[in-house]
Amino acid sequence: MNTQAVAAQGVIMIDGVPLKEQLARAERKKKITAFMLVVPLLAFIIFTFVIPIGNMLTRSVDNPRMTNQMPSLIDDLLLWDGKELPGEDMYAKLFQDIQWNIENGTIGRIATHVNYRMPGARSMIVKSKRKLKKIKGPPYKEQMIEAEPRWGELHTWRILQQVSDPLTSSYFLNAIDKDYDIDGNVVAQPEEKQIYVTLFIRTLWISALVTLLTLILGYPIAYLISTTPPRISNLLIIMVLLPFWTSLLVRTTSWIVLLQTQGVLNDIMVWIGLIADDGRIQMIYNLNGTLVAMTQILLPFMVLPMYSVMKTIPLSQLRASQSLGATPFRTFFRIFWPQSIPGIGAGGLLVFVLSVGYYITPALVGGSSGQMISNQIAFHMRSSLNWGLAAALGTIMLVGVLVLYWLYDRIVGIDNMKLG
Amino acid sequence: MALPSYTGPLGRIWHYTFLVICGVVFFILMAPIMVIIPLSFNAEPYFTFSEGMLRLDPDAYSLRWYQDVLGIGEGTGSNRGHEWAFSARNSIIIAIFATLLATTIGTLAAVGLSRPQMPFRRPIMALLISPLIVPIIITAAGMFFFYSKVGLAYSHLGVVLAHAAIGTPFVVITVTATLVGFDETLIRASASLGAQPLRTFFKVILPLITPGIVSGALFAFITSFDEVVLIYFLADADQKTIPIQMWSGLRQQISPSILAVATLLITFSVTLLIAIELLRRRSERLRGMSPQ
Repeated sequence: MNTQAVAAQGVIMIDGVPLKEQLARAERKKKITAFMLVVPLLAFIIFTFVIPIGNMLTRSVDNPRMTNQMPSLIDDLLLWDGKELPGEDMYAKLFQDIQWNIENGTIGRIATHVNYRMPGARSMIVKSKRKLKKIKGPPYKEQMIEAEPRWGELHTWRILQQVSDPLTSSYFLNAIDKDYDIDGNVVAQPEEKQIYVTLFIRTLWISALVTLLTLILGYPIAYLISTTPPRISNLLIIMVLLPFWTSLLVRTTSWIVLLQTQGVLNDIMVWIGLIADDGRIQMIYNLNGTLVAMTQILLPFMVLPMYSVMKTIPLSQLRASQSLGATPFRTFFRIFWPQSIPGIGAGGLLVFVLSVGYYITPALVGGSSGQMISNQIAFHMRSSLNWGLAAALGTIMLVGVLVLYWLYDRIVGIDNMKLG
Repeated sequence: MALPSYTGPLGRIWHYTFLVICGVVFFILMAPIMVIIPLSFNAEPYFTFSEGMLRLDPDAYSLRWYQDVLGIGEGTGSNRGHEWAFSARNSIIIAIFATLLATTIGTLAAVGLSRPQMPFRRPIMALLISPLIVPIIITAAGMFFFYSKVGLAYSHLGVVLAHAAIGTPFVVITVTATLVGFDETLIRASASLGAQPLRTFFKVILPLITPGIVSGALFAFITSFDEVVLIYFLADADQKTIPIQMWSGLRQQISPSILAVATLLITFSVTLLIAIELLRRRSERLRGMSPQ
C-alpha cells in the first residue's frame, strides 16, 4: 500500500477497522461514560428541584376551578360567542352543574371565584340556590331567569365565561398592581392595593444598596488580604470565613441583640451620654435593620471573589509604577483598580443575585419597611393562601434572577465560583 | 504589606488610615458574633450587658441558659431542654442523610463533569448549580406543592431530599475545583498497569479528591443544618430542627436560651471551619501546590 492510499483510507488496524473509526468509537464511549456519571445527579435535581418549581410556576396562569366544577357546561361556555344570551341547552347544563355543586357542597367555591370579578355574584349565586330548588324540569332558561333576573343578563354570562378560561393572566396583572374591571379591561388596582410594583422596586433598591455597601466595605479588606504576607492573610481569611460559616439565624440574632432599643449599641450610647435614656434610637425592625444585617451577612460573598482576583495581580507592577514616579494614588487607580474590576463584577453580581431572594433576614429584622418580595410570596403561600399570586410574583422574581445568573455565567463563568 | 522606606509622610498617614478602615470592617464582621458569646452567660434574662457583667462580677454570669437548653440542672421546670434535644436529634439525622446523598451523587457528577469528553458541559453545570442561585422561597414553594402531591411532604424523607437538592451544588463546586488540573496520565498509568476503571477510581482518583469531597460534604452538612425555609414549608412538628425552633423563638418572645444555642452553634461552625481549612491545605499539598 503506498502512502497515497493510506492518506485516502486512513490507517487500518490489525482487526481491519480503520484507526479513525476506532478512535471515534473510543471517544464516544468516553463521552457516554462521562454523561452516565452525571445522570444520577441530573435526574435527582430534575425530580426534586426543577419539576417542582416548573409545576409551581404553572399555577401563576392556571385557573382550574371552573373546569373542575362546571363539567357539563364548560366546553359550551368556552365556545360561546358572547353576542346574545345562550339557548335553553346551555341553561340546562348550567342548572345541572349548579345542582351537582350544591350536592357536593362546592357551590360556595364557585360563588367566591366568580365574585372576584363580579362583586355581588356571591350573594346572587347563593340566593338563587334556594330558588332553583323549586325548578323540577325544563324549560330551564325561563324558570332560571324568573328565579334570578341576572341570569338573563348578557353581562353575567360574559363574566362567567371570562372566569372559566383555564388560563388566566389575572395573577400576573395583580402582581404588577393591575386588574380586570367588570368589562374585562385592564385597569390599575385601587390606590391602597398598589403594593407590588413598589415592593419590586424596593427589593431591587435594597439589593443594589447592599451590593454597594459590601463593595465599599469589602474592597479595602480584600486589598489588604491580597497584599499581606501569607502568615497574616491566612488569619484574615479565616476572619472573613467565620461569619460565612456561622448560622444565618445566629448572625441575625446577633444583630437583634446589638441594635434593638434595649440592645447593646443603644446601651453604650446612653452610657457614654450620646443619647438620653428616653431617646433611644430605633435601629432595627425597619429598612435600616434589613440593610445592616444583610450587608454583614453577604460581605464574605463579596470579599472572597474579589480576593481571588486581586491575588493574581503582581505586586511588582505596583512597585514598578512607583519607581517610575507615579504617586501611590495614581499607581492604585492606573494599575491595581482596573485589574481588580473582574473581581468586583463577580462579587457584585453574586451579592446582588443572593440579596434579591432574601427572606429570613428581612422577615426577622425588617419590620414593615424592610420587607422584600420574598416575604410577600411567603405571606401569600402561608397566610392568605393566594397561591396563584404567590406563583406570579415568584415567576417574575425567578426570571429576573435567572437573567442575572446567565449574565454571571457569561461574564464570570460558573466554574470560577469559589467557596473559601 | 510592609511600608517601603521611601514612603512620604502623606503615604504614611494614608497607610495607617487604611489599616484603621480595615480594622473597622473586620470589627463589623466579627463583633456581632463575638458579642453573643458573653451575653449567653448572662445571669439575668436580658439581651444586654448588666452592670455586674461589666464589672466582671462572677455572680452576674451563669450557665442557666445552657442548663435550660440542655435540659439539665435545677428549677428550669420546663421541658424546653427536651424540645431542644429533640430538635438537635432531628437536625443531625436530616443533615447526615442529606449530606450522604448529596455527596455521593454530587461527587459522581463532578467526576463526570471534569472529563474533557463531557457533552453539554456548560448548560448541565448551570442547571446543577442553580439550586444555589434560585431564591429559597421559590424552591420552598415549588417543593411544597409537588411534595404534597406525591406524598413526600411532612416526612423526614421529603426534608432529606429537599436538603440534599440544595446541598449538591456545593459538592459539585468543591469537587470539580479539586479536579482542575487533575493529571489524566495517572488514569492511563493505572489502566496500563491492569486496573479496571472502578479500581482506578477507588485507588487513584478518590484519594486525590477526598479533601474536595469532604469539604463539599461539610458545606452540604452546614447548609442542611442551618436551613429554615424549606423546613418551614415542608415539615411539621415531627421534623422540627434547631433552626426552625430558633426561628419561631425569634419571631415570638425571645428568651436568652437562644443565645446559648447560638453560642453552641458558633462553636460548632468554628470546628467545621478549622476542619475545612486543614483539608484545604492538605489538598494543596497532595496536588503538589505550594501551601498557599
